[in-house]
Amino acid sequence: MSNTNTPLVEMRDICISFGGVHAVDHVSVELHPGEVVGLLGHNGAGKSTLIKILSGAYAMDSGEILINGEKAEIRNPRDARSYNIETIYQTLALADNLDTASNLFLGRELVTPFGLVDDDAMEAEAREIMARLNPNFQKFNDPVSALSGGQRQSVAIARAVYFNAQILIMDEPTAALGPHETQMVSELIQKLKAEGIGIFLISHDIHDVMTLCDRASVMKNGKLVGTVDVDSVTDDDLLSMIILGKHPHQKEA
Amino acid sequence: MSNTTETKTAPPHGLPPQDKGGPLARFLKATELDTRLLGMLGALALIWIGFHVYGAVFNGFGAFLTPRNLWNLSVQTSSIGIMACGMVLVIVTRHIDLSVGSVLGFCAVVMGVTQVYVLPPLMGVGHPMIWIIAVIAGMIAGTFVGAIHGWLIAYRAIPAFIVTLGGLLVWRGVAFLITSGETISPVDQTFKLLGGGPYGAVGEVGSWIVGALGCIAVVVMVLNSRKQRTRFGFVMRSVWADYFIGGISCAAVIGSVLLVNSYPWPKGIVKRYVAETGIEVPAEGLFISHGFAIPVLILVVVVICMTILMQRTRFGRYVYAIGGNPEAATLSGINTKWMTVKIFALMGFLTGLSAVVASARLGSATNALGTLDELYVIAAAVIGGTSLAGGIGTIYGAVLGALVMQSLQTGMVLIGFDAAIQQIVVGAVLVFAVYLDNLYRKSAK
Ligand SMILES: Nc1ncnc2c1ncn2[C@@H]1O[C@H](COP(=O)(O)OP(=O)(O)O)[C@@H](O)[C@H]1O
Ligand SMILES: [Mg+2]
Repeated sequence: MSNTNTPLVEMRDICISFGGVHAVDHVSVELHPGEVVGLLGHNGAGKSTLIKILSGAYAMDSGEILINGEKAEIRNPRDARSYNIETIYQTLALADNLDTASNLFLGRELVTPFGLVDDDAMEAEAREIMARLNPNFQKFNDPVSALSGGQRQSVAIARAVYFNAQILIMDEPTAALGPHETQMVSELIQKLKAEGIGIFLISHDIHDVMTLCDRASVMKNGKLVGTVDVDSVTDDDLLSMIILGKHPHQKEA
Repeated sequence: MSNTTETKTAPPHGLPPQDKGGPLARFLKATELDTRLLGMLGALALIWIGFHVYGAVFNGFGAFLTPRNLWNLSVQTSSIGIMACGMVLVIVTRHIDLSVGSVLGFCAVVMGVTQVYVLPPLMGVGHPMIWIIAVIAGMIAGTFVGAIHGWLIAYRAIPAFIVTLGGLLVWRGVAFLITSGETISPVDQTFKLLGGGPYGAVGEVGSWIVGALGCIAVVVMVLNSRKQRTRFGFVMRSVWADYFIGGISCAAVIGSVLLVNSYPWPKGIVKRYVAETGIEVPAEGLFISHGFAIPVLILVVVVICMTILMQRTRFGRYVYAIGGNPEAATLSGINTKWMTVKIFALMGFLTGLSAVVASARLGSATNALGTLDELYVIAAAVIGGTSLAGGIGTIYGAVLGALVMQSLQTGMVLIGFDAAIQQIVVGAVLVFAVYLDNLYRKSAK
């Protein structure tokens, strides 16, 4: 973290295929502390697959991952968490039958001195963080299946934010949110960025990417089209990268 | 980022209890009672009273609500009830175990061989360690078999239905090979106590001690939950509601003690007991209470341990999480495969324990012991509200489900229905119970 020239995350030459489909094909991306990197591309471009490799959900076929300049072995989600990588999945990855607090702490439950799960302590923590993220949120004693799309999304966001991530992965975090909640997520991203956290943001909203991100990487058919400084391109440049797979000016490559 | 120190001074959270709805709705809300639990207790009461009244009207004698019948009912429920606790975990995680009946037979045979053929020549007949070693051997056998099933399901990706269907055939066959189809008996005398019967019960004083412990546990739980909720400033259940629930629970405990203590030993057993011990018989005769049967106490301990496991440990939380969304569980860092092995091993362990009860009650071990039990165990769990879609199910529900089924069977035997009718009724009730459950879930949404 001290040396900002060393990337927080470096994914080098990552490949993974599912039954002959090259979902991610020799892709390299990097992320620095306090930086927001947007990942863009059509549905099926391989964005989710790429970040799932970083979050330990998939094992890559080849390539390597460096965290703070050191080679990292991420074989499962627990490994990823041990590197302070937190993920908001596109599918949210919530257990519908459990309540908010249980989902928030799933896999990292607070326990009493006897080793039993401390539901009351977890509920208190959940109330506190939800009060900051989504002040209207009240349904703490219902299973999350009873929540609206936006409420579920805020539970997933709370889970990623609560555990002091160094590296935050957000896969379409505003997909189910209304304008007001989307605005809150934007503010949250800026706040976390200011704290020095590195964020991968997958989004379909070019405007969001232009305002929130420092750099943007565009993928198409599993391949990296290119990575650009957001300040040096226009909306149309990004769009043509996404649609045509064409790099606007080769200066970054 | 998170500031834990402020929590304690946080103002009370949540909405205050609302005064809407009828008196019943308000009562349920105030006491936070589980309506499903109430529904099951209501169904059970209906069955019990129904059979009693039917007997009184048509046979001239209501035999159901008698200490003798209820005591027997409790013993008969134990074996299925113990396994149903494990089946909840299996079904909640979207699996099934069709092999428990056969595994029970296999475990019983292992224990039978151990205590009848293997150990007595080595240690002498009646050695006090024999029953302990036999029980341990049976439970290890069950756990091991369960772990194998779990491993095949989790790490070799064979569906649980297939693995345990194969297990149903394999372990019954193995049990037959071990015994060559012969009955193994007589079992160790101490072992036999684990199956119940007049000697296999804890008697009057023992039952009062159990009852007192139960009441103390209820009080401690109520107080502790109040303390916890105060600690975080959550809305409290009103004091009267807590007293009410504590009072009802204690009354139930004491009532069951009175019940089992009002069922005396049969005259023949008393006579033999008097002859053996040479005690004085008072003029009005000797009234020796059965008290709680040992297998019932085993079931109670299993229910308590399994409830704690499911509600208050990480393991239980992960079981529900896997059932609710296996992918989310994996992404949360839960090792779902290893969990599956553990769940099936636990199912096997409980099957071994159930085999102890079943074969001790029979006084022997046969390779046919536990035939069709898998269906009753699955039915008990499902009648008790365990959802085959996964993620939902409780231990108490499954045990109540076992009790409902056993009540139906016992009741029909008492009023003289034959086996064919019993099967038809139990089968129909299973389907109807799931239908009711669907309706309940829809209306609860
Ligand atoms: N678990 C999987 N099994 C098989 N194919 C997969 C799997 N995950 C992703 N894919 C395939 O990989 C490609 C990239 O998908 P994804 O990463 O979800 O795209 P994006 O997130 O960019 O919309 C798609 O063709 C998808 O069908
Ligand atoms: Mg995606």
